[in-house]
Amino acid sequence: MELGTQLLQYLLSGLSTGAIYALIGIGFSIIYNATGIINFAQGEFVMLGGMLTLFLLSVLQLPLWIAIPLAVLLAALVGLLFERLAIRPLRKASPISLVIITIGGAILIRGLAMLIWGKDTHSLPSFSGDEPIMLAGATLLPQHLWILGITLLLIGLNKWFFSHTTSGKAMRACSYNPRAAGLVGIDVRRMVLLSFVISAAMGALAGIIVAPLTMTAYDVGIMLGLKGFCAAIIGGMSSGLSTVIGGLILGVLESLGAGLISSGYKDAIAFVILLLILFLRPQGLFGKPESERV
Amino acid sequence: MLARMTTVLTLIATLLLTASFAVAADTIKIGGLFAVTGPPAFLGEPERNTAKMVVDEINKAGGIKGQKLELIVYDTAGDATKAVQMATKLIRDDQVVAIIGPSTTGETMAVIPVVEKARIPLISCAAGSKITDPVKRYVFKTAQNDALAVERIYDYLKRQKQNRVALLTVSDGFGASGREQLKSLAPRFGMQIVVDDTYGPKDTDMTSQLTKIRASQAQVLIVWGTNPGPAVIAKNAKQLGLKLPLYMSHGVSSKKFIALAGDAAEGVRLPSGKVVVADVLPKKDPQKASLLAFVKDYQNHYKQEGDHFGGHAWDAIMLLKGTIERGAITAESIRDGLENTRQFHGIGGTFTYSATDHAGLNKDAFVMVEIRNKDWSLAK
Repeated sequence: MELGTQLLQYLLSGLSTGAIYALIGIGFSIIYNATGIINFAQGEFVMLGGMLTLFLLSVLQLPLWIAIPLAVLLAALVGLLFERLAIRPLRKASPISLVIITIGGAILIRGLAMLIWGKDTHSLPSFSGDEPIMLAGATLLPQHLWILGITLLLIGLNKWFFSHTTSGKAMRACSYNPRAAGLVGIDVRRMVLLSFVISAAMGALAGIIVAPLTMTAYDVGIMLGLKGFCAAIIGGMSSGLSTVIGGLILGVLESLGAGLISSGYKDAIAFVILLLILFLRPQGLFGKPESERV
Repeated sequence: MLARMTTVLTLIATLLLTASFAVAADTIKIGGLFAVTGPPAFLGEPERNTAKMVVDEINKAGGIKGQKLELIVYDTAGDATKAVQMATKLIRDDQVVAIIGPSTTGETMAVIPVVEKARIPLISCAAGSKITDPVKRYVFKTAQNDALAVERIYDYLKRQKQNRVALLTVSDGFGASGREQLKSLAPRFGMQIVVDDTYGPKDTDMTSQLTKIRASQAQVLIVWGTNPGPAVIAKNAKQLGLKLPLYMSHGVSSKKFIALAGDAAEGVRLPSGKVVVADVLPKKDPQKASLLAFVKDYQNHYKQEGDHFGGHAWDAIMLLKGTIERGAITAESIRDGLENTRQFHGIGGTFTYSATDHAGLNKDAFVMVEIRNKDWSLAK
């Protein structure tokens, strides 16, 4: 097979993995913008999405189209409880303590998932079959199209929510200046809660749409969470297009690195990029030093 | 009132304990070290279950030459430090005559100095070849060496007249060991490794590696890893329409792999211990009787199919039983007895230990199986 087709395959694989990183990354940045903390439990919501769907499918025997929204809803509920029980009681704490609390929360959620569902890896059925789609010599699965489609849709919704709804605008206001937002009558605490719910739901959905390809287990959240974090850092912690591009860049570089150099360096690539960005352009690849966030 | 009650109860409890201790003095004490919790729990749990089941059955049938076995099991949680502590406890406090386990190579290597010093025979359930290479006087093992699985695959490929192989191994202990064996045994079977690539244990997409392999001259792809990686690879290979025959390691020889990979598992070949194909083995296979007994027994006790890992513990207990039946009673005589074991048809294979071989198996411990119609069948 000639190099062109190979490259196309690397690109396609990279884009679909990258879309997932982007979705998880946006979850990071929504919470960061509303609260100033990095929620390291974000990866666990990704895990919860997959595992809850699996649970609803296999134990309660629900059809896929009911199981998915229900799993997203349940994960959002976990996000809500997490904010209420772990973050809100400590609102006066410094961001660093809160970040550590999210790590603790992540370990707790992972542990509970292990106790409830066991340590086995499980696979979810694809949404619409496993017949590969040929594209100029390279192949895609229908599930990849679902991933790309749902990611685009969510990003559109996200954009619309933050620019055209009262809640979205209020959340943006909180991110610019929580104190001023509070003074004009925005309930900042409610916005923080909302940010956790939205992030949890987005993470869960990301977890569900990848599960048919990558399978799921109680511990998939760690790596996916870290990759999502990388995407958010590349995008300068914006919850808009730059994090999406950050995720896609990461996915494609990983895929090219694995294909052209050596797959041993795949994870190293992600973390080297993370370090480079943090050292050289802490405002993100596209941000101006004082970029506006959300 | 309450205080007196407590005193009385304590007294009764003490009496009961001493009484059971007195009975226990006539039994043969065997220690078990299994990773029942922790990451290697998938090994330790079936091992412990099987060991308990077999010991119960031996005792129910009247013990060995009238003597009951007593199995004392500790959980090592896959932690080498804990394994050493527990081994010391078994030897010093419980005064066992032999130890079965630990479940992993790392733990076993840590425990070896302890048992060698105390002169207590150890039958490890871990697979690493360094456990018995070089031979240690008191250390035996029942799990098959990786090298035997590699030999089985290469032997099969040689008969298929294919010699250009691509390797895709997981970057953890299991994959590294497999990769080493695959590379070092290749010249002996005339194999030529044209691609040597790896993937991470948590990787979720291996299409990049497979695309590279597709572009190479390889005739077959050998994947060395444990779930879920190989299942992802099988799915990716199907997605890419990879034409190469797919060979995997014994690390995925459980129904779990078929469940994970679904349709993509069809046609995958791998060397496997004989447990999974017990019912389709030819009648003349000397292990068949043992295998069927074990599988049926485990099913009755635990409502699950017995697997290879349980089989390692089964073999270990049965080897001990054989030794004791032949007259061994002290730790030293059990060691000698184990070393003199010839042609024991167990679950992992047919064991023949000697002064220079404490692993006891050859490549006949593995059969090549092929996944057909979501089930195992013997590859021709």
